[in-house]
Amino acid sequence: MSHDDPELQRKAEEFLALFRKGADFTKELLRENERLRRQLVTVEDRQNSAAQSDVEWAKLRSELLGRIQSLEEEKQDVLERLRAVEEENRQFASRYLEVEEENNNLANLYISSFQLHSTLNLSEVLKIVVEIVINLIGAERFAIYIADERTRVLQPVACEGDSLSSFPSASIGAGIIGEAVQSGEIWCTDPGEAGDPERPIVCIPLRLEDRPIGAIAIYALLQQKEGFTPLDHELFTLLGGHSATAVFAAQLYGLSERKLNTIQGFIDLLTK
Amino acid sequence: MDRHRILIVEDSPTMRQLLVFALKRLKNADIVEAQDGMDGLRKVTSDHYDLALVDINMPVMDGLKLISLIRGEDNLKGMRICVITTEGAQEDRERALALGADEYLTKPIQANKVLAMAKSLLKIE
Repeated sequence: MSHDDPELQRKAEEFLALFRKGADFTKELLRENERLRRQLVTVEDRQNSAAQSDVEWAKLRSELLGRIQSLEEEKQDVLERLRAVEEENRQFASRYLEVEEENNNLANLYISSFQLHSTLNLSEVLKIVVEIVINLIGAERFAIYIADERTRVLQPVACEGDSLSSFPSASIGAGIIGEAVQSGEIWCTDPGEAGDPERPIVCIPLRLEDRPIGAIAIYALLQQKEGFTPLDHELFTLLGGHSATAVFAAQLYGLSERKLNTIQGFIDLLTK
Repeated sequence: MDRHRILIVEDSPTMRQLLVFALKRLKNADIVEAQDGMDGLRKVTSDHYDLALVDINMPVMDGLKLISLIRGEDNLKGMRICVITTEGAQEDRERALALGADEYLTKPIQANKVLAMAKSLLKIE
């Protein structure tokens, strides 16, 4: 290793810089020590003169009491501000939970409506309604009815938890399902009343303006589902409106497809 | 920081979309979807996943069969599994846990519960 080794020189410079910093720090400490020592001497002088004179003592005592009083007030003020901040934090936390729940509910509603309008195939629409009723509402036994405008009969077309034949058809205006479809009002009763296979606990009419489209009748909930939440009621309303539109659009699309095929066939017949 | 890979095995597109929505709040997570048990098996054997959310009632291959196949593979033993199902009976829960599931959630799901479960299984603070 040579004396001109740049690495060694760099290390030596680093060490010197460190040493200089240490020296500066020591000087600063000595200065601070001197300052504190002078302050102590001043305080001691003042205490000694106060101990010898009643007037000085009373003055010092009054000053100290004043300082204590002011510190106490400051402490109370800080404590009050702390309590206010804690209360504000609690309010923010509670509001955060509310907003989060609302956000989740809105996501459920958004996803349901998004899925309902994602297809124009009637059987797909019905499958999506079934999925929503099982997965989001938590129904175990239910049926989806479609209305025949000519005969005014509601026929079950999709179901879960039982065979399709076990769900009776209904007439618009008669019985729980028929009346709900006639009035457009959602029928909802206590889930604890479930048990009668012919009496739904919830009936959601599917209507498009004044036109009856069908209904969703729920007869039993999943065993872990204890009751309806505010979100369930929002979902009933959403399903009533959006399922009706989706079913109607799919029916119209199916009809127009069939008509288009017929016309195309007719044109082919004429032109060939 | 390593990214967490999560697989959702669920035949219902609505449920998949809801689960993705809930899990998207995890910062370092890649979420992959499988539409039935067989699709799920293909995905777990061809790529690494830290957590799988598995439905029970699915076409082609059900969730319980998938769990037993995953737990039979030595190189998949570290993967955490959560069942998400409509089956709320105690015996269904016990069967799934006995097969090797780590958690069992029943539908209808709540996004915050799904998120809490994922954080707990992935040991995310």
